[in-house]
Amino acid sequence: MRFLLDDEQREFARSLDAMLTAADTPAAARAWAAGDFAPGRAVWGRLADAGVFALAVPEEHEGMGLLPVETAVAFVELGRHAVPGPVVETVAAGALLSRLAGLGDAAPAKRLLPSLASGDAVTTLALPEGGPFALDADAATLRLTATGGELRLASGHARVERSLDPVRRLARLRPDGELLASGPSVTEASRYAADWASLATAAQALGVGLALLDRTVAYVKQRTQFGTPIGGFQAVKHRLADVLIGLEFARPLLYGAALTLKTPDVAAAKAAAGEAAYGAARAALQLHGAIGYTAEYDLSLWLTKARALRSAWGSPGECRRLVLSGGRGVG
Amino acid sequence: MDLDFTAGEGEFRQRARAWLAGHVPGQPLPSLETREGFAAHRAWEGELAADRWSVVSWPEEYGGQGVDIVKWLVFEEEYFAAGGPGRVSQNGINLLAPTLFDFGTDEQRARILPPMASGEVIWAQAWSEPESGSDLASLRSTARRTEGGWLISGQKTWSSRAAFADRAFGLFRSDPAVDAAKPHRGLTYLMFPLDADGVTVRPIGRLDGKPAFAELFLDDVFVPDDDVIGEPGQGWRIAMSTTGNERGLTLRSPGRFVATADRLVRQWRAHGGPGDTALRDRVADAVIGARAYQLFTWANASRFAAGETIGAESSLNKVFWSEYDIALHETALDLLGAEGELADGGDWAEGYVFSLAGPIYAGTNEIQRDIIAERLLGLPKGRR
Repeated sequence: MRFLLDDEQREFARSLDAMLTAADTPAAARAWAAGDFAPGRAVWGRLADAGVFALAVPEEHEGMGLLPVETAVAFVELGRHAVPGPVVETVAAGALLSRLAGLGDAAPAKRLLPSLASGDAVTTLALPEGGPFALDADAATLRLTATGGELRLASGHARVERSLDPVRRLARLRPDGELLASGPSVTEASRYAADWASLATAAQALGVGLALLDRTVAYVKQRTQFGTPIGGFQAVKHRLADVLIGLEFARPLLYGAALTLKTPDVAAAKAAAGEAAYGAARAALQLHGAIGYTAEYDLSLWLTKARALRSAWGSPGECRRLVLSGGRGVG
Repeated sequence: MDLDFTAGEGEFRQRARAWLAGHVPGQPLPSLETREGFAAHRAWEGELAADRWSVVSWPEEYGGQGVDIVKWLVFEEEYFAAGGPGRVSQNGINLLAPTLFDFGTDEQRARILPPMASGEVIWAQAWSEPESGSDLASLRSTARRTEGGWLISGQKTWSSRAAFADRAFGLFRSDPAVDAAKPHRGLTYLMFPLDADGVTVRPIGRLDGKPAFAELFLDDVFVPDDDVIGEPGQGWRIAMSTTGNERGLTLRSPGRFVATADRLVRQWRAHGGPGDTALRDRVADAVIGARAYQLFTWANASRFAAGETIGAESSLNKVFWSEYDIALHETALDLLGAEGELADGGDWAEGYVFSLAGPIYAGTNEIQRDIIAERLLGLPKGRR
């Protein structure tokens, strides 16, 4: 038992962090919210070069193998940098197609996985386990939907609806479209992909929470009131201490879930990371005061995402139900 | 990164499981906060010790098995999963023993550790004083030099286990000149018998009336030089290594919470399961919290094994488990409904009262949050 990231995994996180810091992701996120996908696609290309979309794709389909721990490592960084786009959905789609191939239906994997792994296909995905909306359907070049044991290429999508997080563009996919696969293996692959999506969302939420805490700690050190930095006040310190506790105890759940990939473990990580990130957002807003309440200040990118990620790919209640019931489709 | 136990760890787990299956009492022992229960627990410590299970991580010469921290965690999981009783000797084992390993003499270790491991000598901690709780550096009990040792005087309070224990350890001011800027200077760490001349023990009932702690009145109690730990005047530094242990992972191993959360889930299912979703969510949170604490501890154990040390991070641990423990027991009592009010209604009531002390002792959670904010987040020291 060695429950610690190894040097290579830590180096992967550091290199993604450096790359994303240089990429000005807040500007890309704002453009994405406004419907200008070009800066986001540029970030996407760099993520693809770093191998992020190949982490849930087997080597025979030009991926890096199924690497859930590395996926978690990567998505913490994506969350910390508020990267826009259907990153979770693309990785989960990779997992779905890989699983389907593993269950004997390799045709969709052969056709779609190479472009997905290389980052050429910006993929969104709607599954029964993930709620009614697909993320960024208007920006995606590949739209997959699996319902009733049928996997389809959606023929299009309905009107884009506003999310609480303006960067997340939500739309229902059309239920018709080319049939890629059908049968119980689609249902099983869908459940498997939902676990990957939930895991990646948990990681993204943890990253969002860490970014909110970092920014808030920096702010309360320099912001003075009554002649002293507000970070010296015990009420402020204790609130931020609680945020750190929430995040630091969500982190091992995340990596534990990545190692087992069992639904209850993933659900536990998702519930804990979602609550921790949301707690961080509430504290960040309160401690920033009115400046934090403005759209123009970059903090808002993480504040609204923390709330949105809480319900994406498994609401808190659904996650808790899964923790006790033992799995999807059980109880 | 992996969660796989080695073959050796698996073998150790099986050996512990088999021994516990054959020895853990079928009926819960009476509360260790009663005279009868204290005696029963002392006897249980002896049974554990007879087969070297009371202090598995200690070197063999002192009664242990010399196992590393991972095997210790494995043992704790098995111990609590088997329904093993609470450990009456835990103050000695978790607080005093690590200090003796780091700062004691060979003579002290040989004399003190084996009877501690066997339950023959049960230790109480004597840290707090009436005006000195979390601010330990403000303590006022004194140690005066005398022929061959020290004379200690003053008052200690909230001494856990002291109502029935044999000996105690604590800090005393050996340099009467207190430097207001450096109150932690001039303190000496020493040990003394609770039945010595000049010691008066007054048991204090906790919330449920059980004498879980006591006040100690000390009037020129003689302590020989052999019972001073480390250099006189260096007590603060020595004690800090102990309180780090107390907040860190040794005081509350995850095995206890994993076993208790499992028990809660069984009770929830026995009560009909999913009907009340608000209660269901709290049961799920108990499961999630136990798993989080277990994995957090495994990560720390991995860091130890990799040669890293844990400092202020132990404060994260302390706040987490103490608040988690209360939430866990509150959920169980709420699940019981009206029967949850019964003080003798089973382990949940006793566990609940015990859990309520968690955020208060071992450095209050307010102090722990200050440590987290200042040392881990780098926030300025400020107004308290």
